[in-house]
Amino acid sequence: MPETNSNGRANAGRKRELRVDLQRIADMVDPKCRLLDIGCGDGALLDYLVHEKGVDGRGIEISTAGVNACVTHGLSVIQGDADTDLEHYPDAAFDFVVLSQTIQATRNPRQVLEDMLRIGRKAIVSFPNFGYWRVRLGLLFFGHMPITKALPYDWYDTPNIHQCTIKDFMRLCDRLGITIERSIALNHLGHVRRIQSSDFLANLVGEQGVFLLSKQGK
Amino acid sequence: MSVSQIEPVSRLAVPKTAGLHVRLGTGTPLRLDCGVDLADFPMAYQTYGTLNAERSNAILICHALSGDQFVADPHPLTGRPGWWHLAVGPGKVIDTDRYFVICSNVLGGCMGTAGPKEINPETGEPWGLTFPVITIADMVRAQAMLLDYLGITQLFSVIGGSMGGMQVLQWASTYPDRVLTAVPIATAAHHSAQNIAFHEVGRQSIMADPEWRGGDYLKYGANPNRGLAIARMVAHITYLSEPALHRKFGRRLQDRAQITFGFDADFQVESYLRHQGSTFVDRFDANSYLYITRAMDYFDLAEQYGGLLADAFDRIATRFCVISFTSDWLYTTAASRDIVHALNAVAANVSFAEIISDNGHDSFLLEELEFWKVLGGFLEGAAEHFGIRGSNETDEDA
Repeated sequence: MPETNSNGRANAGRKRELRVDLQRIADMVDPKCRLLDIGCGDGALLDYLVHEKGVDGRGIEISTAGVNACVTHGLSVIQGDADTDLEHYPDAAFDFVVLSQTIQATRNPRQVLEDMLRIGRKAIVSFPNFGYWRVRLGLLFFGHMPITKALPYDWYDTPNIHQCTIKDFMRLCDRLGITIERSIALNHLGHVRRIQSSDFLANLVGEQGVFLLSKQGK
Repeated sequence: MSVSQIEPVSRLAVPKTAGLHVRLGTGTPLRLDCGVDLADFPMAYQTYGTLNAERSNAILICHALSGDQFVADPHPLTGRPGWWHLAVGPGKVIDTDRYFVICSNVLGGCMGTAGPKEINPETGEPWGLTFPVITIADMVRAQAMLLDYLGITQLFSVIGGSMGGMQVLQWASTYPDRVLTAVPIATAAHHSAQNIAFHEVGRQSIMADPEWRGGDYLKYGANPNRGLAIARMVAHITYLSEPALHRKFGRRLQDRAQITFGFDADFQVESYLRHQGSTFVDRFDANSYLYITRAMDYFDLAEQYGGLLADAFDRIATRFCVISFTSDWLYTTAASRDIVHALNAVAANVSFAEIISDNGHDSFLLEELEFWKVLGGFLEGAAEHFGIRGSNETDEDA
C-alpha cells in the first residue's frame, strides 16, 4: 500500500502513470462517463479515470487492503466480489463496466460477463491469454503448468481457476450474442496488435487480450 | 420528609453553563411519529470549529445510545474526555480546524435535550413515562430543526456509529438534499431480533428495580441504580468481543491469589463490568435508557418505505462511506453489506470498508488507525470533489 499521512492522503500531486494494459483500457473509456471497475485492486485505473478523464467511477474489490487503500485515496470502492455483488446493481446503471485481469479468477465467468452487459452499456474485459506461445511451449516442452509474467502462480495456489485463450473468449462472446467492438492483443513488450476474426497469430503472440464489448439492442 | 418537599429534579442535572442550549418548536411544533406534537422543547448541543463563509463545511456527528453532545471536550458530570476525542479535534481525522462540527444530545436523552428527565412545562414535573415514545426519525427531525436554527441548509457530512449510524441512514433518506456525504459506521438499517432481545434484558432489569417506582423515581428522589447498572453491564458485553475480553481479562483474578468460594468479584472481568455499571449511573438516566433503546428497536428503515431498503435511497446523490468491523457481532458486517447492496441497487455512490479489528462493536470509539485512514481519506476525497473549503483555508489555498 502507498505511504499515507495521518489524513490518509497519498496521491496529492502524484503523477498518474498507468501500466500498459490499464492504459489501453483507459483509452477505450469515454470521458465523463459513469463507470464501474470490478476487481479494481489498489485503484490505479480508477484513480486515473476519475482524475484524468473526469469519470464518475466506482469500484469493487475483494481484498480488504485494496479497498482500504482506494477509499483512503478518496475513491468510491466497496468490498465485494464479482461473483456475488453484481446482481444487486440495476440495469444500465453504468456506461462502462471494466473487468481487468479478473475474469479468469471468477467462479462463473459467463454470468459475470452477462451481468456486466446488463448493468453497463459497454464492457471492457482484459485477461491473460492462455494461448500465448510461451504458455503453449511451457506445457508442450516442459510438461508442467506454465508460469509466465502474466500467469505467475504455481498450479496449486493460483487464483486463476478459469483460464482461457483469446479464441475461447471470442467464442463465448459469440455464444452469448455479445458484439466485440474493439479487440487488441498485447505482446510481452506491451505492443498492440488489433485482433482480426479467427486471428491465429494474435492468439499466439498476445500475452493479454483487451476487449470492448456491447450487446445488441442496448 | 414528604414527597412534595423533594425537588423533582434529577441529580444528573447538567450545569447550565455546559454546552449550548436552544428551545426549538416554539413556532411550529415537532410532530412525532407517535402522533404527539412536541412544542417549545429544549435541545442541548455542542459545536467545534468555525463555519466557513459559504456555510458549507458543517459536519453533524450523531451520538450512540449512551453518548452525548460532548464529543471532544470533557464530560461535565464525570470530567472524562469526550467520547470521540480521539477522532475529533484540531488536526484529527474529523479536523475541527477545517470543519464546523455539531453534535446534539438526542431527543429522549438526558444531557439537556427534551427527554423523560426534563420538566414537562404543562405539569411542572419531570415527564417520566408520560414523555412520548420517540423514534430515530424523530431524533433526526429535531436535529434538522437545530440546523435550521443554526442557518445551515446543507451538511458536508453526517457521521455516526451504532445508533448514530441509524440516524445517519435516516438523515440521508429523509433529507437527501441536505446531506452531501453520509458515514454510517458499525450500524444496521434495522434492529435484529438479537438486538431487541439484549435491549429488552436491559429494560427489564431497570423496571425490576423497586427504586424505579413505575418510572416516577424522580418524584420520590429515588434512582434505580441497580437496574440501570445491570442494563449497562449486559450491554457492555455486547460492545466487546470474545477475543477482546480474553485479551483484557482472561480468567485472571481481581486483587486476590485464589478464588474465594463466594460471590464477590473474584474475576477481573466481573470487577470491570461492575465498575462499568456503577459509573454509568452517575451520568445516565434510567428512563432515558428505556426510551432510547425503544427508539433503536423500532428502527427499520426499509419498513418506512414499504419494505424495500433500496427505496429509502431512491435517486440519492449523497456519497456514502459504510464502515464495519470484523469482530462486531452486534452490528455485523453482513448488516452493513445489506445497506451497501441497497445503495448499489439504486446505483448510489458508495464506499464500503470492513476494518480488521478484534475490539468488537466499540472499535469505532477506539484508536483504530486503519479506520481513521479510511474515514479521513473519504472525507478528504469528498471535500475535494465538492469543493468544500475548510474554515482555515484562504482563497489562495482553494
